[in-house]
Amino acid sequence: MMHRTKLMAWLAAATLGAASTAAFAQAEQFVPLLSYRVGAYAAGGSGIFGGYIDYMNYINMKEGGVNGVKLSWEECETEYNNSRGVECYERLKKRGSGATLVQPLSTGITYSLIDRVATDKIPMVTLGYGRTDAADGRVFPWVFPMITTYWSQASAMIKYIARKEGGEDKLKGKKIVHLYHDSAYGKEPIAVFQEYQKRLGVEVTSIAVPHPGNEQQSQWLQIRQIRPDYVILWGWGVMNTVALKTAQRNGYPSGKILGVWWAGSEEDVIPAGDASKGYTTAVFNVAGANLPLVQDVKRVVYAKGKGNMEDATRVGSVYHVRGLVHGIITVEAIRKAQERFGKGKVMTAEQVRWGLENLNLDEARLKQLNAAGMMPPLKMSCADHEGSGLVKFQTWDGNQWKVVTPDWIAPDKQMIRGMIEESAAKYAKEKNITPRDCSKES
Amino acid sequence: MLYREAGQFKTSYATDQQIFPIRQDRVAVVALAALAFVVVPLIATQYWLSAILIPFLIFALAALGLNILTGYAGQLSLGTAAFMAVGAFAAYNFVLRVPGMPVLLAFVLAGGCAALVGVLFGLPSLRIKGFYLAVATLAAQFFVVWALVKFPWFSNYSSSGVITAQKMTILGIDIDTPLRKYMLTLTIVTLLALAAKNMVRSSIGRAWMAVRDMDVAAEVIGFPLMRTKLTAFAVSSFYCGVAGALYAYAYLGTVEPEAFTLDLSFRILFMIIIGGIGSILGSFLGAGFIVLLPIFLNIVVHWLNGVAQSLFSASLPASITSNLELMVFGGLIIFFLIVEPHGLARLWQIGKEKLRLWPFPH
Repeated sequence: MMHRTKLMAWLAAATLGAASTAAFAQAEQFVPLLSYRVGAYAAGGSGIFGGYIDYMNYINMKEGGVNGVKLSWEECETEYNNSRGVECYERLKKRGSGATLVQPLSTGITYSLIDRVATDKIPMVTLGYGRTDAADGRVFPWVFPMITTYWSQASAMIKYIARKEGGEDKLKGKKIVHLYHDSAYGKEPIAVFQEYQKRLGVEVTSIAVPHPGNEQQSQWLQIRQIRPDYVILWGWGVMNTVALKTAQRNGYPSGKILGVWWAGSEEDVIPAGDASKGYTTAVFNVAGANLPLVQDVKRVVYAKGKGNMEDATRVGSVYHVRGLVHGIITVEAIRKAQERFGKGKVMTAEQVRWGLENLNLDEARLKQLNAAGMMPPLKMSCADHEGSGLVKFQTWDGNQWKVVTPDWIAPDKQMIRGMIEESAAKYAKEKNITPRDCSKES
Repeated sequence: MLYREAGQFKTSYATDQQIFPIRQDRVAVVALAALAFVVVPLIATQYWLSAILIPFLIFALAALGLNILTGYAGQLSLGTAAFMAVGAFAAYNFVLRVPGMPVLLAFVLAGGCAALVGVLFGLPSLRIKGFYLAVATLAAQFFVVWALVKFPWFSNYSSSGVITAQKMTILGIDIDTPLRKYMLTLTIVTLLALAAKNMVRSSIGRAWMAVRDMDVAAEVIGFPLMRTKLTAFAVSSFYCGVAGALYAYAYLGTVEPEAFTLDLSFRILFMIIIGGIGSILGSFLGAGFIVLLPIFLNIVVHWLNGVAQSLFSASLPASITSNLELMVFGGLIIFFLIVEPHGLARLWQIGKEKLRLWPFPH
C-alpha cells in the first residue's frame, strides 16, 4: 500500500510538472528538432543539432529570446530513417504554439516531407542539401534550400578551379574527375558539369563509387589512367576518408582533390591521417574555436554548463558551426517576421515563411550577429529561395581547416537559375501546380 | 469460459471450410474490422493516421508478401525492398505516361510489374535453395536500385532522381486527406490479406507448403516445382509491389530509390521472423513490433525524461536517450526470440489454446 501511494504521488507530481510546462509553452516559439544521434550519421547529427540548440540557448540566455519571445524545442530521434522522420514531424508539428519551421537535415526525410509541409503550411529549410529545384519559390512556396544548392556548389567549384588556373579560358582541355557517391545525391551535379563541358571545353569524367564506398581501388586505378588535373570528391561518410587514403596509396596528390561540403568536416579528414593534408573542400560556413560567435557562445552558454556538445573539443568544429548557422537562420527569420507582424509575439509558421522570404542578412547584419565572414550574406525573395550560393574553400593543414579564399566565391548564378527554373517548371507540370505570381506577393 | 467451441456443430461443407470455423473468432474479426473501418476514422487524429497507422498497414502488406514467399513457400528472399521499389516506380510511370490511367489500375499493374521482376529473379530458385537463394535475391536488391538511379527514364529525368506521386482520384473522390489515404490503404490491405488467407488454404497454398517442407517429395507426388516456386515469387512480389506503390502514393508522396535499400529488406525480414513465419497474422504482429515499438519507446523515454526534468530538474542528454531506445529495442527482440522462437503469432496461438482450457486446465 505504501508503495502505491508513493507511486500515485509521483505520478501526480509528474502530471503537474507536465501541465505547468505546457502552460509556459504558450508564450514560446516552438522549434521541432528532427535530430539523429545514433547510427552511421551520428557525427553530423550530433554536431549540427548540438550547434543549433546551442544557438537557441544562446539567444534565450543572452537576449531572453527573440524580442522577449523565448525559443523552446523538442528533439525527436529519426535515426536518419525516412519513416521515423515523418513520424517525428507529425508528432511535433502541433506541439506548443505549433512548429515554427522544420530543418530535417536529411535529404531522404526532406523528400518525404515536401508534400506534407505544403499541406500543413510549415516552412522547411534545408541548408546545403535537399531538392535543388526547390530554390524556385514560385513552385515550392514552403521549401527553402537556403544559402546554396548542389548545383551552385558544382558551379562554384569550377569557378574556383578556373581562378587557380588563371581564368575560365584556361580550363579548355583540362581533365576533371567527378568521383561520386552512387546515389541521387552524387549524381545531382552531373548536369552542371555537362553544361560546363559544353561551355568551357573542360573534360569531366564522372566515376561512381557504390555505397558505402569503403573500397575504391578500381576507381582510383581508373583515375590514375585518366591523369586528371583535379578530382572533385562528391562523397559522404566513410567514402571520403577512404578516397583520401586510396589517393595517397595511388600517388595522387591530396592538393588536387576538391571536396563538397559534406566531405569537409574534421570527422572526414582526421581518420585519414596525413593523407588528408592539403585537401581542399567547399564550405558555406567556416570553422574554428576562435570565431567571435563561437567564443561568445562559449562565454554565454558553456560557461553556465548549458552547452549541448558533450565533447567540448568539438565546439567550433565544422558541423557545430553549421548548427549555429541553422540557428541563425531560424532566429533571424522569426525576428524578421516579428518586424512585420508584431514584436514580442509568437509567430505562426506562415508568418515565419514571410520572414524567410524577406530575410536579408547582409554583411552589416552579420557583423551585428558576430557572424561576419562565418557564413555568406543572404538575400531571399519570393522567387529565389536559395538567396546566396556563395561558398568559401578551406584546406586541411593536418590540424585544422584553413580558409584559402578570403572572399566568397559565387557560382554562375544565371546559368544555375535557368536550370533550376527549367526543372521546377517540369515538376509543376507533372503535379499540376500553378506557380505563384511573385509580383503580387507583399 | 468464453472461448470454447462446445455446441458449435458443422452441418455443411461450407461451414467446415470457412476461414474462421469458431464463432468467437468470427465475432472477434468482425469487431476488429469494425474498429479499423468505423471507430478509427472517427477518433484517430491526423498524427495517428498518417504517422502510425498508414505505415503500419503498408509494412504489414510488404511483410505479408515476404511471408508468402519465405513462410509458406520456403524460399528465402532479401529482395523485398527492391520489389517495393519496382511497384512504386511502375505506378508512377503508369500514371505519368498513360493518360487517364485510374490509380487503382496503376497499382494493380505496378504489382504486375513487380511480379514479373520477382519471377525473373526467382528463376535461380529452381536450382538453389536457402542461403544461396538469399544471395541470388540480394542481386535483385542491388540491381533494381542501381537501375532506377542509372536510367533517368524511370524517374522522368528528374535531376535529383526522385519521383513524386501524382494526385490520386478514385471514382471522383480526391484521395488527399490522411483519413482518405488511410481508408484506401486499409481497404487494399484487407482485400489482399483476405486473398492471401484464402490462397494459403487452397491447392496453391498447399503446393507451396509441400515444396517448403520437402521439395523432392513434393515433386514426386506431382507438384510441378517450377510453377509452384515461380507462382510464389510472383504472388509475393505482387504484394510487395502494391505495398511499394502505397508507400509512395499513400504515405510519403516523394520517394527516392535510396529509400528502398537492403536495410528495408532486412527490416521486413525481421518483421516476419518476429511476427511468425508462415502466418498471416504474424505479418501484422511483426510489422507492429518493428514499426510501432521504437516509436512507443521513444515516446516513453521522452515522457520519463520529462518526469525526471520536473522532479529532479535534471534529464538525460538526447544522445543517451536515443541510444537507450535502441538498446531496449534490441533487448526486447532477443527476449521475444528466446521466449518464443516461432514468433508472436505462435504466442497468440498458445494463448488461444490456454483460453480454451481455462479455467480447468488438465
